Amino acid sequence: MAGYIFRRVLQAIPVFFGTTFLIYFMVFAMPGDPIVALFGDKTPNPAVIEQLRQQYHLDQPFIVQYFIYIGGIFRGDFGISFSGEPVTQILARTFPVTIRLAVLALLFQSIAGIVVGLYSGLRKGKLFDSSALVVSLILISLPIFVIAYVAQYVFGVQLGWARTTVGSGAPLQDLVMPALVLASVSFAQIVRLTRSSVIETSGLDFVRTAYSKGLSRRRIVPVHILRNSLIPVVTFLATDFGVLLVGATVTEGIFNVPGVGNTLYQAIIRGEGPTVVSFVTVMVLLYLVVNLVVDLLYGLLDPRIRLVK
Amino acid sequence: MSNNTSRSTRHFVAPLEETPLVAIDAVKVDEKPSNLWIDAWRDARRRPIFWISGVLILLIIAVALLPSLFSPINPLTEACSLSNSNGDPSAGHLLGFTKQGCDVYARIIYGTSTSISVGLIVILLTTVLGVAFGAFGGFFGGWVDATLSRLGDIFFSIPYILAAVVIMSVLSQYRSIWTISLAIGLFAWPSTARVLRAEILRVKQADYITASEALGVSRMKILFQHVLPNSIAPVIAITTISLAGAIVAEATLSFLGVGLGGSIMSWGNDINQAQRDIRVHPQTLIWPSLALSITVFSFILLGEVVRDALDPKARALR
Repeated sequence: MAGYIFRRVLQAIPVFFGTTFLIYFMVFAMPGDPIVALFGDKTPNPAVIEQLRQQYHLDQPFIVQYFIYIGGIFRGDFGISFSGEPVTQILARTFPVTIRLAVLALLFQSIAGIVVGLYSGLRKGKLFDSSALVVSLILISLPIFVIAYVAQYVFGVQLGWARTTVGSGAPLQDLVMPALVLASVSFAQIVRLTRSSVIETSGLDFVRTAYSKGLSRRRIVPVHILRNSLIPVVTFLATDFGVLLVGATVTEGIFNVPGVGNTLYQAIIRGEGPTVVSFVTVMVLLYLVVNLVVDLLYGLLDPRIRLVK
Repeated sequence: MSNNTSRSTRHFVAPLEETPLVAIDAVKVDEKPSNLWIDAWRDARRRPIFWISGVLILLIIAVALLPSLFSPINPLTEACSLSNSNGDPSAGHLLGFTKQGCDVYARIIYGTSTSISVGLIVILLTTVLGVAFGAFGGFFGGWVDATLSRLGDIFFSIPYILAAVVIMSVLSQYRSIWTISLAIGLFAWPSTARVLRAEILRVKQADYITASEALGVSRMKILFQHVLPNSIAPVIAITTISLAGAIVAEATLSFLGVGLGGSIMSWGNDINQAQRDIRVHPQTLIWPSLALSITVFSFILLGEVVRDALDPKARALR
């Protein structure tokens, strides 16, 4: 196991340098003045430009700039946002809110997705299965901002069941609707994945053995079938974390949830390039860490994985 | 002695009259042998959702190619009138007007080609990059594979919409269908490469590849003539779904305001413009959203059929 952890962490190092380099390269190695490019149509104050030039060490060669920037990341310095507040300080304030929203969404999508998927898989080809298929295909086709606006308009404006925007402090009851919207994106994928996994597992020999031993269905379905069908679902949740981050950006923006995603959303729509870059970097690093942790946990749960070279 | 020989021959070659003629007739010599693609077509054409999605996609492509056939008003040449701002539907203006007083229906019709073009350019890009990385890595193995796979890991570790947000922020002065497709495609290819690589690792083991190697066929010829054609099916199967993903990505970027410039007709732009008036005039938001969702739905449906048809394992799950 120690060898597996060592190998997996070692693999993460080039990816860490690669991704940060790529983001930095895309912004600062482009021809022309990167600071002016980042502001688009707006012309920022010369003092702001000068300050940013200093902050990003633009007088140095590109590779030196990159390592100064990496050094900053290791010290926990992600730069200063457009409003002059250090990015780490904003993160300290907004991160707990996003975690709450993400956990809520993950709970909704996994519980609902696995239950519907299991039921569909056990009743392959029946009415419930076909309706679940149609509903999941429709959900996959709806972009998250469309779902968010429809939910906001129908449940917030028309029916008045929920508040259209989240109140200060982001109380849990206000987060339910944004979390449901965020969960809807991957819910359909989890349904389909669980379904196919359940159908596949149900046909395996050990399930037949369990039946022929005279075990009851109530024991076989949760213990033998479901537990063995969940491995691909867990992997999916890890790789899908990127979709969750993008979804959180849009959802938090639309429902005005004071989280990390909303900070990025506001920076994007106001065209505050440097802040966008800082927060995208933070999200990419978060994505790397989540995938690393899930891989390590996975190796712990399934010995076959840590033995593969 | 001679008698003995003829008796033993009789054991091996059955007299013609003993073989039932029905069995001979069952072997149709002139029929083309079935292969994966013919089987896939036979499977797909039996399914109603193939025809439903196919007709929808043909209609969408027709709208994209010839918008003037579907809308008498050309929003590119006819100026919008502010006197119609957020106007309700009327004769000749089925879906009402936007805040700027433009005809909603005409903008939707003329925005179709944007979505379709971005989708097609992106899948062209992801297929070329994905096939290059996946095919060479999977086929040559060793350090080539290690290098290409690690490069793929790096690109895969940046969610492609976030990467596109950064690229489009930097390219804010050059916003066009080409730059947005490049921004999306540049980070979306590793999934294609991974699918192809896995399939090539499998196909490489086949006996006919060993036979080609034994015959002295060159490595490149083996890759392009034998390995690639036999491992491309899973790539084709995910292409239609990637196309839908690219359309959603463009709309999301335009919705965020870092997509296409305001001068380009795009559903994402229209949704972005309409969001401010959602409380008083939700129609201008609903219609482009509906057009977007139906288009994505059609491609997802077709993608389902194509994937099921090309993957016998997926067929069993139906």
